[in-house]
Amino acid sequence: MENLETLLAQGKQAVAESDTLAALDEIRVQYLGKKGELTSLLKGLGKLSADERPAAGARINEAKSALQADINARRDALEAAALEAKLAEETVDVSLPGRDQAVGGLHPVTRTLERIEAFFGSIGYSVAEGPEIEDDYHNFEALNIPAHHPARAMHDTFYFDAHRLLRTHTSPVQVRTMESQEPPIRIICPGRVYRCDYDQTHSPMFHQVEGLLVDRNITFADLKGTLEQFLREFFEEDVKVRFRPSYFPFTEPSIEVDIDRGDGKWLEVLGCGMVHPKVFEYSGIDPEEFTGFAFGMGVERLAMLRYGVDDLRLFFENDLRFLGQFK
Amino acid sequence: MKFSEQWLRELVQPQIGTQALADQLSLSGLEVDDIEGVAGDFSGVVVGEILSAEQHPNADKLQVCQVSDGSETFQVVCGAPNARAGLKTAFARVGAVLPGNFKIKKAKLRQVESFGMLCAEDELGLSEDHGGIMELAPDAPTGQDIREFLNLNDQIIDVDLTPNRGDCLSIAGMAREVGVLNKAAVTEVDAPAVAPVIDDRFDVQLVDSHACPRYLGRVIRNINPGVTTPQWMQEKLRRSGVRSIDPVVDVTNYVLLELGQPMHAFDLNKLDSGINVRLAEEGEKLTLLDGQQVELSIDTLVIADASGPVAMAGIMGGEPTSVTDETRDIFLESAFFNPLAIAGRARSYGLHTDSSHRFERGVDWQLQRKAIERATALLLDIVGGEPGPVVEAVKDADLPPVQQVHLRHGKVTALLALEIPAAEIEEILTRLGMQLEKVADGWQVTVPSYRFDISIEVDLIEEIARVYGYNNLPVHTPTAKLPIPPIAEARLTLQSLRRHLVARGYQEAITYSFIEAELQKAFDDQHDAIALANPISAEMAVMRTTLWPGLAKALQYNQHRQQSRVRLFETGQRFQPKGDALLQENVIAGILAGNRDAEGWTAGKDKLDFFDAKGDLESLLALGGCADQFSFVADRHVALHPGQTARIERNGEAVGYIGALHPSLVKKLDLNGPVYLFEVALDAVTGGKLPRFSSLSKFPESRRDLAVVADQATGFDTIRQVVEAEAGEFLKQVTLFDVYQGQGIEPGRKSLALGLTWQHPSRTLNDDEINSAVSAVVSALRERCGATLRE
Repeated sequence: MENLETLLAQGKQAVAESDTLAALDEIRVQYLGKKGELTSLLKGLGKLSADERPAAGARINEAKSALQADINARRDALEAAALEAKLAEETVDVSLPGRDQAVGGLHPVTRTLERIEAFFGSIGYSVAEGPEIEDDYHNFEALNIPAHHPARAMHDTFYFDAHRLLRTHTSPVQVRTMESQEPPIRIICPGRVYRCDYDQTHSPMFHQVEGLLVDRNITFADLKGTLEQFLREFFEEDVKVRFRPSYFPFTEPSIEVDIDRGDGKWLEVLGCGMVHPKVFEYSGIDPEEFTGFAFGMGVERLAMLRYGVDDLRLFFENDLRFLGQFK
Repeated sequence: MKFSEQWLRELVQPQIGTQALADQLSLSGLEVDDIEGVAGDFSGVVVGEILSAEQHPNADKLQVCQVSDGSETFQVVCGAPNARAGLKTAFARVGAVLPGNFKIKKAKLRQVESFGMLCAEDELGLSEDHGGIMELAPDAPTGQDIREFLNLNDQIIDVDLTPNRGDCLSIAGMAREVGVLNKAAVTEVDAPAVAPVIDDRFDVQLVDSHACPRYLGRVIRNINPGVTTPQWMQEKLRRSGVRSIDPVVDVTNYVLLELGQPMHAFDLNKLDSGINVRLAEEGEKLTLLDGQQVELSIDTLVIADASGPVAMAGIMGGEPTSVTDETRDIFLESAFFNPLAIAGRARSYGLHTDSSHRFERGVDWQLQRKAIERATALLLDIVGGEPGPVVEAVKDADLPPVQQVHLRHGKVTALLALEIPAAEIEEILTRLGMQLEKVADGWQVTVPSYRFDISIEVDLIEEIARVYGYNNLPVHTPTAKLPIPPIAEARLTLQSLRRHLVARGYQEAITYSFIEAELQKAFDDQHDAIALANPISAEMAVMRTTLWPGLAKALQYNQHRQQSRVRLFETGQRFQPKGDALLQENVIAGILAGNRDAEGWTAGKDKLDFFDAKGDLESLLALGGCADQFSFVADRHVALHPGQTARIERNGEAVGYIGALHPSLVKKLDLNGPVYLFEVALDAVTGGKLPRFSSLSKFPESRRDLAVVADQATGFDTIRQVVEAEAGEFLKQVTLFDVYQGQGIEPGRKSLALGLTWQHPSRTLNDDEINSAVSAVVSALRERCGATLRE
């Protein structure tokens, strides 16, 4: 019993000096194990008188608890240090590039088309599509452009034979929709169109989105409102919009729409108008009961304005250095 | 149409400047394309008179001229062949500044001093003409500033007229429109009847009176062919983009520009008896004014005399009967041709003339008499002569009807969403030349004969809106009933497919739908591609039957620009003739080349192989949940490697191809191979299925791995089918986790490592059950596939 204090002090010293979990465990066994030095002191209690026994027992247990507490604290410290060392070893250079990061991208025309589709889709227009090799009737006749009409000169048309041609606009899809569907009609017609013209500002193939709304009481004001809003939302700018009289055989009144993005220059961005009564008649819709508007826009042109592209031909060269800019 | 602003302002004087006028025209539907000065920026140029012109002593092509500016005489060296004594021309004295800030200084040309320069039109920015120095009228006042003399402080306004506005293809028509927009008075061109002094008549027969319901002619004898067209007329013509030719032609062109009536003058003495206006007959030929001989088609209206056609009506005159510098007697024509009789005809001969342009769009059918009187008066002023009486052949019944249109006030309000007061509507329409008669719900409107574009109510509403100003009309958005649209859940959207490929590293491309015939053939020998009748070039001649050639060209373009790893896809229509029909089908196609991984510190250096392409495609096909409906069947394809080609089938029906581009094509297209391609019908990819839940088993799975050795030629598909057929109903999955050839395996054989997984829905499967399933599989593989367990 006389060496209890010394044993405890020695034990504490050993714990404080231990530097591995294994060494610490050995110390635990040496002092507190079944045959440990402190545990053994309890066995000496029998030599004491019944009076002395409880106090002595309590002192030994106190000493054991004190040492155990030291061991626990030391274990926590050693474990924390070991974890820290392990983590330090596992450190990576987070600035290295990740694995397999190659990602492609959409073509800017698709990106623009999808955006336009989203705007009109959100106000109830559905997407209609049709053949690119069309017949003369759907591309011209049914749109109030009879053979030899001077307006045909506005469409430099690719022909296959006397009847078949590459559509010059997506309007034939409107015709086909009106032939097969009763009003109300709200559609947009995206797709490739073709004109026999090739230079810096003309491509023999380009994309259009045309729209058609047919219902009762549709007015010129509705057309203006729809397109004005569309253009502001498309450019996400408070663009100035102006409406200029024009001529398309399939609409009347016919309109060309110009925008000014703040530099004082008017740029033509789309054509539109109220559906011509003759077009309704061709498609079996009563123009006295229904009115409607139609509009058409060049997708490349809008993409050029939106993204600042300066050469139309870039859209079809498929240069990855160009396409990669539209991610 | 190009016109001089000054000329316009002779007829109407709006109180606005040039730019404001142009904006006003554009906003009324007559789009101004361009405004340019009638001459370049220059100063110090005067009317000079060449007093003498002598051969330069040291140069064959130069002359030494003495030129007067009215007060002094200067020596000027000039290279123009038309420099001659007596000529009045543009003289830039020392100190003058020509366009481009070109200063005229004293100079020495081959040892002879020169004090100034005689100018051609292009040197003053008047035209592109560099045919010689300018030839001014003999009475031009020597010394007068040329800007003043030629009235050069003027603008040329170029209006891009839409085809419906043929009525504006003249100064008078344009002035009428400007008058309407500005509420300004418009001066009518005065054309009083010219009294005949001789009685010569030339007979006119309207054989096809439907095509030509009115034809006016007049004989003028004894004109003086030696005179030149006055400067003022030449200038007006020039500013309208018309070259001066001779006085008679110039006058007809002038009237065309001023009033909009195309006219023609024949040399009377070259005409053989009277005029017939008729359709051409089979085999008739005509040499046109431009020198080309054409064979006339029988839908072409001609002016003919007894010997045959002398002019293509409304398009171009004939050369043999044209006016020359020897012509003394002329026959003037002023006719109305029905637009439908002229439309498209000029184009069919590759022609487009000022005359056909107007007749196709519609010339005022009441204008012919005024035009012929106007032309006569101008001719008498310039070339003199003795006019005969105007002879008019007309068939009233065939003239266009006077259009009467019923306009309802309520309809105007309904369409424009604005009630424009009746008085304002009346004012707009009256100013446009309409006659109005009030009726209960609006007006009965009589349309003037020059407005071919107005025949129904909405035509008038457009006119009202246009003059009222589109930008002054109200704006709102439509109200509509909003039914919920159907959305087929099982159908994948194109958007989702595109994004899937993008996420797998593909860049979307858009290639032309028309390609080179030879390239097309190299990629598809099964279809005869449909060819354009009028292609832009041989590279864009036939419609693609597959997207591959376009993608291969795009790959080539990028490989030639140091892009080694390329993955592109495209969606779009292909055009496959099937018998008499033409299948226009949407497909999705891709091309891959370069390394499997993008270059990087973790990346491997392996090249792509077939299974990279197949894996990408399979992942796409799996999106709809129907992967098990697709199979890949070894096949041949003209564009593909014979050992690496698969036909893609969905439920046994061919829907596409995948494979390695044939090495010979890789070489021909100068590509870096290997290159892999796939193309599948879009419908086959987007048609997915609706998910259907089946309950999850609570019992453990059992797995056995088998290594089997089979012949090289035995397809994995065959082995898998046998396994699936023999492994019992509780087989859940077959996984192929290794394929090996090489050491330890006989040549011509391959080892396949298969993992088979079973699971029962309601109990645990015991070893006996699994073992008997395995032995059934093993013996079936041996019997049916010649496959043995690997030792």
